[in-house]
Amino acid sequence: MTIAAILAKEIKTDIRNPYSLAASSLFLISSLFVCYITIKRINAASTWIALFWIILLFTSFNAVAKSFMNESRERMLYFYTIMSPSQFIISKMIYNAFIMIALSMIAVIIYTALFDMDIADPTLFWYGVLFGSCGLAFVLSMLSTIASKAGSNLTLLAILGLPILLPLILVTTTLTKNAIDGIDWAIQWKYAFVLMGLNVVCFALSLILFPYLWRE
Amino acid sequence: MVLFAIVAGLMVDVPRLDILNETIRNLFYHVTSWFAMVFLFLASFIYSIKYLSIGHESDDLLAKVFVQVGMVFGVAGLVTGMLWAKFTWGAYWVPDPKLNGAAIALLAYLAYSILRNSLTDPITRAKVSSVYNIFAFVMMVIFVFILPRMTSSLHPGNGGNPAFSSYDLDNTMRIVFYPAVIGWILLGLWISEIKFRFEQYKKSHE
Repeated sequence: MTIAAILAKEIKTDIRNPYSLAASSLFLISSLFVCYITIKRINAASTWIALFWIILLFTSFNAVAKSFMNESRERMLYFYTIMSPSQFIISKMIYNAFIMIALSMIAVIIYTALFDMDIADPTLFWYGVLFGSCGLAFVLSMLSTIASKAGSNLTLLAILGLPILLPLILVTTTLTKNAIDGIDWAIQWKYAFVLMGLNVVCFALSLILFPYLWRE
Repeated sequence: MVLFAIVAGLMVDVPRLDILNETIRNLFYHVTSWFAMVFLFLASFIYSIKYLSIGHESDDLLAKVFVQVGMVFGVAGLVTGMLWAKFTWGAYWVPDPKLNGAAIALLAYLAYSILRNSLTDPITRAKVSSVYNIFAFVMMVIFVFILPRMTSSLHPGNGGNPAFSSYDLDNTMRIVFYPAVIGWILLGLWISEIKFRFEQYKKSHE
């Protein structure tokens, strides 16, 4: 059993049973629309970006939380017999990262359609969105295993996740806001670098720590 | 160890008497309690790693106790820092990366306590909370020590502001400051040790 096989399994279950995926995207779209109805116009880039990341953050809680809470105990036991914990967490993280990237793309498209904003440096903006959502997926995959041990509670995931995610959120918001303002690459590179570094740190930490949670 | 900590803890009382009533006096409380907090969280981090690699239940208990005592120091550091900020910057809270980092670190450790309370099985609890503790500590280090270095900050020691030790710390203050740091850290360790023994005692009599 390899990483590819479990990825294929995840995708198959989602195709056969698309409700949970549809639910996360619907959550995203409806919260975007609620923001549109209540706010209507955003002039400042900082507000624009803050709202965007808050919506994406809460969507990510919903989207990633289900990935572990949906697994039944029997199925976990089955995984346990056929593969190593690092393979399992890597496949989960890659899968969640895919989901998050897809959701953030939907979010960017709808959000820019609803709230008009000129992005001066689109490459950097997409870089920020891509790695920001990847980082969210990595951290939350790990934390949702922790939360699922404590009785599958979404509130617990949120309180565990928010303080841990804040460095990531801070860096991505600064990076993407500067991308909108078109701030020079000479200043931006260190945020880009730290964002990449945070992703690596989160990935490595999850990889190291997950085996301890695996066996119960 | 405990005896030494008592003596060192008493040494902390000394600066209260021999320094004039100025805000700089706060240095002995604010800075030192942060140092103690970071030290205690570091100790907790180390014991969590130790628990995961070796698996003695007492290591996990120690990690928990260190977090609890560290949080007391964290709150003390926050309150003294807020008072200090009121007199020097004019407000209790300013949007500053270092202040936010400190608050977030405390939130993360509060979440740790809640996580511990929500788990009932002792072995699962120990494992899960150790994992979260390691995660939280790494993120706290990133948030408190790395990110503030990147942006400008009002807080001394970052963004072009000179650190306290460069010009306003004269030799008499230095004599008090370094023992005070050690004193606070040892006080923290001492409280932790008492609490640890108490918890162990409670456990053995359950």
